Amino acid sequence: MIDKELTIQLEQLAKKIRVDIIRTGYLAGKNGAHFGGSLSPVEILAVLYSCFVSFDKNDMEHRDRVILSKGHAALAHYCTLYECGIMTKADLDSFEQNGSDIVAHAKRNLSRGLDFSGGSLSLGTSYSVGVAHACKRKGLNNQIYTLIGDGEMNEGLIWEALMFAGHNRLDNLTIIIDHNHLQADGTIEEVMNTAPLEDKLKAFGFDVIQVDGHSVSELYDAFSQRPNGRPMAIIAETVKGKGVSFIENKAKWHHSSLNDARYLKALKDLGEEVEND
Amino acid sequence: MNVQQYAGSGQAAAIFGMYLPDHIEEYPNVQVLSADMSVAASLDRFIYQSPEKFTELGIAEQNLVGISAGMASEGYTCVAVAQAAFITMRAYEMDRQYLGYMQNKVILVGLNSGFYLQYFGNTHYCIEDLAIMRQIPGMMVLSPADAGEAVMAFEAALNCPGPVYIRLTGGSQAPTVYPETCPFTIGKNNILREGQDVCLFTTGACTGYSIQAAEILSQQGIETRLVDVHSLKPFDTESVREAKNYKLIVSAEEHNFVGGLGTAIADVLAEEGGYPPLMKLGVKDRFSKPGDYDYLMHQHRLSPELIAEDIKNKLQSL
Repeated sequence: MIDKELTIQLEQLAKKIRVDIIRTGYLAGKNGAHFGGSLSPVEILAVLYSCFVSFDKNDMEHRDRVILSKGHAALAHYCTLYECGIMTKADLDSFEQNGSDIVAHAKRNLSRGLDFSGGSLSLGTSYSVGVAHACKRKGLNNQIYTLIGDGEMNEGLIWEALMFAGHNRLDNLTIIIDHNHLQADGTIEEVMNTAPLEDKLKAFGFDVIQVDGHSVSELYDAFSQRPNGRPMAIIAETVKGKGVSFIENKAKWHHSSLNDARYLKALKDLGEEVEND
Repeated sequence: MNVQQYAGSGQAAAIFGMYLPDHIEEYPNVQVLSADMSVAASLDRFIYQSPEKFTELGIAEQNLVGISAGMASEGYTCVAVAQAAFITMRAYEMDRQYLGYMQNKVILVGLNSGFYLQYFGNTHYCIEDLAIMRQIPGMMVLSPADAGEAVMAFEAALNCPGPVYIRLTGGSQAPTVYPETCPFTIGKNNILREGQDVCLFTTGACTGYSIQAAEILSQQGIETRLVDVHSLKPFDTESVREAKNYKLIVSAEEHNFVGGLGTAIADVLAEEGGYPPLMKLGVKDRFSKPGDYDYLMHQHRLSPELIAEDIKNKLQSL
């Protein structure tokens, strides 16, 4: 259980990350950004980085690893890493600028906290399972966290990787499924239903916890549970586009761009004070 | 290294059954991963000796490459073993992203490439791998001629940075090309025979057949310079330039004639100009009628007699 003070702190961090996402995505102009899928895992990343992930640039070997298999949420990752002091303002400002590596899908850069070159869905899951396997083999006592999109679970490679993780009892691995129920062409249920997800993950050898993916206290409790000889899966029920009224639960906001008016409206929705001209 | 001990073995048996178990102490960071191919690759002794250095993936080539890349990112040198057709084609995007793009140190070993799986049929033949693996930036592509050279290629791959694809061809019956140890440098072709009439470039198990073809031609008064192209990438363009004064340049490969060795040579010739004609011998962009290895090589005019015949006819037509 977390106390009220930490709860407020984490919620404020989540709000800051969302504002960063909107601002950075707005500055990308017509290049657009993955607003929907970046706004849904914000509390997951905020809780993870504030309370659980060890990241010490001077001890890269023993740190925890975070891999975004859901590569199109890179903007949320960048903004979280910025708020946690791992990425810089200059990094964030280079988002989708010509020649920058800070684009819609991250390129591996360990000093920026980016373990994986994401983008092609499902590849991060297999990779992170390989990282977990290697860390166990090296005798490290660290944790590997993998953020997976629910639409991404359509991909076959995900299930090959989960089968391997269950078979090899990789209890240093925690996968978090950002279950926002939307993918580019519509709802998960319409496009390719993954239900019953909990049963499937259990059948693949995972301990499964379901949480409200926007509740920092539920996420905190879930991450506090240490797996026991099995990999852990957290199914986080989320809202795609969470926090911005006109983006929430709209499949078309999977990737889009913000005009000036919508930018101001988005900031207002997030509780930012906006000057009206 | 003494390659004599590998003569008479298949390429995989020499690498995984002999060299690796004998030398594992030199490579503390090596991990071997297999997609249900450990028996086929002769890995039994290695697994018995070093179970902590082996990982079984099951029949899952895409995950094989993903797990290997994840482990490589943790500092291991990973050797991923699967059928050539599946580690290159089924897992192609993984090869491209995890290895080419992310530069994780994984050595992909493609077993039974070309036509070695004989009666398994076209699903298991692999006549595309050189073409597609060459396309990946940052990927090295090696194609050894016999068991001894396969071990030399494997050793070179272990000792260089960056991802490598090693294409294994032929079986234990394939002719020995290197009865004695010779230098092996990635990106530097080996000249197996000197001659002034035709310059024949070849690769993989087809090299043994090309040696026999060169002997047939010699008996008919045609002398062949024979070049073993064990590195498709990096590609030894200098050895192509050396062919400028021959009457004819020929490529012979157990591979589609689109995109492989012949194409790599053609790219050099076309850019520089002033070269003799190039005759590309190989699979003429079609699937095969299954049969034994000799039947398949004959079908695609890659048997020693037919390689020699095609070269002789082409020379006469010039």
